[in-house]
Amino acid sequence: MTNHGGDPVSDKQKGKKAAPTPPPSASPTRFYAVVAGLAVVGAGLLYFLVQAPKDVSIPVPVTLTTEDTAGFRGYLLGSPDAKVEIVEYADFQCPACGSFDGLQFDVVKRQLIDSGLARFRYRDFPLDQLHPHARLASHAAACGDEQGRFWEMKRLIYDHQPTWSAARSAGGLFRGYAQQAGLDPVKYDGCMDSKKYAGRIEASLKEGLSLGVASTPSFIIAGRMYRGALSSDSISAIVRRAAADSTR
Amino acid sequence: MNRRMAMALLALAGLFVSLYLYLYKIGKIGVIACGTGGCETVQLSAQSRFLGIEVALIGVLGYLLLLGLALLSLQPRFAGRSWPLLGLVAAGGGAVLFTGYLKYLELFVIHAICRWCVVSAVLIALLFVLAAVEWSKVSIRENEGVAE
Repeated sequence: MTNHGGDPVSDKQKGKKAAPTPPPSASPTRFYAVVAGLAVVGAGLLYFLVQAPKDVSIPVPVTLTTEDTAGFRGYLLGSPDAKVEIVEYADFQCPACGSFDGLQFDVVKRQLIDSGLARFRYRDFPLDQLHPHARLASHAAACGDEQGRFWEMKRLIYDHQPTWSAARSAGGLFRGYAQQAGLDPVKYDGCMDSKKYAGRIEASLKEGLSLGVASTPSFIIAGRMYRGALSSDSISAIVRRAAADSTR
Repeated sequence: MNRRMAMALLALAGLFVSLYLYLYKIGKIGVIACGTGGCETVQLSAQSRFLGIEVALIGVLGYLLLLGLALLSLQPRFAGRSWPLLGLVAAGGGAVLFTGYLKYLELFVIHAICRWCVVSAVLIALLFVLAAVEWSKVSIRENEGVAE
């Protein structure tokens, strides 16, 4: 046998017959074109989904009703009889508020709230110009509160802040957190679609402004304003001092 | 349409499913079309990341690999070669095992079922079966070609 091609031929190859020709494979060019066409259609659909506005936008009410401004004074955690009240004005999309929630809040809760020394009140203060999803996050948390899960929603929203802050559309992510928090999705959707808490959020913002809140987080502890994220040690010291003063 | 074309189409479909889930996960798509709500629970669970990487992104990369191999196997020069098919069997087999692990997590850890993940599981299982059948046929042909 002569190797006309000049290629080295191994013994194994020499013992091989030519492999039987597989079923005739037509030129795949046409099929490649079909795949490319389907890929373009699929990419177009995804592009449409990405571009389509999906979020419920929470309006900024021009007029507030008495229902918005009366009765509701924020989300309260702890005993109403506690000697000292800690009020936090916060924006869900503000990184410092997220940092406070992740690093300090649990310590404050354990040391001061669970012990009955202080109660904690969370108030919305969405800074719309800086944080486009803040008001939607506040509304999602309010819808969580409607089903008795505000603190669970607050934790999830803050825990995932880097994800939804960077998202073009955050409504679906909030819906996911609602699921995780154990909310009834049908009731949650109805609540979000109704935008029923828009006025309450705006009232909280206006009340904060009237008190002199200009940035988030801002704390009012025992009637005094503290701007910026406080450490749990600082809050503890302020609360203990205020508690001591109140017993004198 | 032959098996190799079917594999390419299955991989393309899987690519779009995983891309859809990934775009949702990174917040590019507002609301995921799921019906039960299980997709959101699964996609936002701690188990939606594997070794620090989004599972949906692993899906995108895996399906891209499978699509590439399937398209390569369609080339006439590879018609009688088994290695592109072996690659599909190996990658598809790994994907089937990984999918099985994810299904376990959905059922017993997360306690929620993501319909899109089920679609992906069906696609990858079909692709693996087709790849295995095609590879065995080509291997048999290759063996028949060996002189005694």
